[in-house]
Amino acid sequence: MESEILKNKGQKAFLLGNEAIVRGALESGVRFVSTYPGTPASEIGNIFYKIAPKQGVYFEFSTNEKVAMEAAAGASFSGLRSLVAMKNFGLNVASDFFYPLIYSGVPKGMVIVVADDPSCWSSAQSEDNSRWHDLKAKIPTLEPSAPQECKNFVKIAFDLSEKYNIPVMIRETTRVSHQSAPVILGEIKKGRNKARFKKNPKKFSTMPPRVFEMKKELLEKIKNVQDIAERSHLNFALNQNLKSKKIGSIVSGIGYLYLLEAMENLKIKIPILKLGFFYPLAEKKIKNFIKNLNEILVVEELDPILEKEVERLAKDVNPKLKIHGKNLLPEIGELKPEYVTLALSKILKVKPDFNYHNHLKNFQKITLPQRRPQLCPGCPYHIVFSTIKRLAPKDAIFGGEIGCYMLAAYPPYEMQDYLYCMGSDISIAHGIKKATKNKQKVIAFVGDSSFFHAGIPALINAVFNNSNPLIVILNNSTTAMTGHQPHPGNMGIKIENIVKACGVKNIKMIDQANIKEFTSVVKKFLEKDEVSVIIATGSCLFKKKKQ
Amino acid sequence: MQTFNTIILGTGGQGQITLLQILAKSAMMMGLDVKTSELHGLSQRGGSVEVHIRFGKQAYSPLIKQGGANLVIAQEIQETLKGCYFSSKEKTQFIINDFLVPIPGQKIIEKKYILKTIQNFSKKTILIPAQDICQKELGSGITAGVFLIALASYKKTIPLKPELIKKALKEVLAKKYLKINLDTFKLAQKYSR
Repeated sequence: MESEILKNKGQKAFLLGNEAIVRGALESGVRFVSTYPGTPASEIGNIFYKIAPKQGVYFEFSTNEKVAMEAAAGASFSGLRSLVAMKNFGLNVASDFFYPLIYSGVPKGMVIVVADDPSCWSSAQSEDNSRWHDLKAKIPTLEPSAPQECKNFVKIAFDLSEKYNIPVMIRETTRVSHQSAPVILGEIKKGRNKARFKKNPKKFSTMPPRVFEMKKELLEKIKNVQDIAERSHLNFALNQNLKSKKIGSIVSGIGYLYLLEAMENLKIKIPILKLGFFYPLAEKKIKNFIKNLNEILVVEELDPILEKEVERLAKDVNPKLKIHGKNLLPEIGELKPEYVTLALSKILKVKPDFNYHNHLKNFQKITLPQRRPQLCPGCPYHIVFSTIKRLAPKDAIFGGEIGCYMLAAYPPYEMQDYLYCMGSDISIAHGIKKATKNKQKVIAFVGDSSFFHAGIPALINAVFNNSNPLIVILNNSTTAMTGHQPHPGNMGIKIENIVKACGVKNIKMIDQANIKEFTSVVKKFLEKDEVSVIIATGSCLFKKKKQ
Repeated sequence: MQTFNTIILGTGGQGQITLLQILAKSAMMMGLDVKTSELHGLSQRGGSVEVHIRFGKQAYSPLIKQGGANLVIAQEIQETLKGCYFSSKEKTQFIINDFLVPIPGQKIIEKKYILKTIQNFSKKTILIPAQDICQKELGSGITAGVFLIALASYKKTIPLKPELIKKALKEVLAKKYLKINLDTFKLAQKYSR
């Protein structure tokens, strides 16, 4: 709630992790915020969209995450503190720019917030782990566990970014961004608003041979940030004064809260090293922590990255250390408190506080309701999908991607024969058409916001390289799936003009409810030798309601 | 106070997040630590919604562990079954809205099966047609969720007093919805006797 986020200094507000990120940015004097909607990061943009003008902050929904990151960098280049937020797949989209940006660095604080989604609560494509990007790009990365840390870490990230002229990442996972707790607030700062881009090609132009110097500078920066990490209170040890301390745990992110819970469940305490810095790693601190232990449990979601690092560091200081991690915790899906409790009970050889195994067995016998999300009752997409299903030849291939229309994958439609990232439906359709020498019909569905995001280059490619899929652009005038954020179409940029300008000759705009026209146009377009595009228009029901 | 763990289950659009905010605010007014978690994918499009709220002297995990719930509030009867994961015969009470949201293309899970199944996971169960009661007496079923938490409060199933939750309502809800929600409390009080 906006009123909670904007409460006065010193008060306690009840905030979602993502809301705390917003507050942290305001307390840091952020002046430029950009994003492309994607859950579990969506709330950050949604809130700024509402509050930014009154807070003197510039905010935009950009056309995609790469553009959003570039825009935020431009603001930082010009002297404003900037923040860009996205979900995991967004970072994949932005990565082309992300890597050289870390090389050049930024003159003014820039924070990149990335939300991963273990268990794929709101993600279709893959169970992504952005930590690999952090390692490859060498970007200082902080991992909060709870809303209070979300807020505090953003402030620390801005200061760090500005001190070392390097963007800093805040990496969340779903259970951090969608967790609420009381947060003690600091003061909202009005940051510097005067911006001017000072020419300095040495700083911002990555052309070789300068790029190698930049790489060298980056490595030096990371060394300095690593020194900070070694001293930082973000990496702290607990329960160091216990009598018996042969078994310990290293943990970061949400796992920390589960570990505290597990100790309470088992009524036992062990030494813990909690890492707020994921990159660069506080190696000395870790070495010091593990050197006298016999066994250690590394608690992290998804891939065993910290675990491998601990393995590497243990070789130096404690080669006999028994390292547990993914042997006891899942690599797929988000962590749960009972998983950490069970892992700890196993290592400590104590009886679990509850018969989890039997309970789970009993639970698994129950018939559960399988409530899949579906197109809303009354959504005009129902008409589009049922009409096209009726008309398309039996062996027609239906291409899909990310948006409400992906729900047509479920019965009664089952019309998503492939489904990857935004824009890919068109390019894959083109590839299939070329490969099968036009023997199969391909109908590709893309949403309006997706079309602006990544569909346009794919459409140009199909025209340029001369194939003939039928592309249906479902234009409901909003980014519906993520909560009805606006997109360029709402600013009068007409999709039909873009399609025409891409060189498409067969193009028809049809009202989504006009079954008769749909029928005749689909039949006609399926026989064409060139790309054809139907723009199916009709506002999302919820968008209508909001207006 | 030992941490009190509540799960609220239902389908998209039944207002779980608002209930979460109301309970969280109430617990905060008592000076307690609170942690909540929202588990939902595409809830607006008819998916299931599950929210967790924990309050007490100290609450670490935002998720309730397997078998760890003190109270399960189900706003839809079939969704109740998902609560069994978090429930145990020793400590869990169920409050269920006798209200069905059918799933297209799927057989309805019978009430008899649901009630029989949760016997193994529940210390006590209250099944009440909150939706119908609110619809009949207030002209709208929209506050059925608030009815359930009010009932839990009057029956002392949840350690938050009715007056406290009513105070929290005023902070969380828009003014125009306050009256119907306070009326819902009166109604729940009547049914709690």
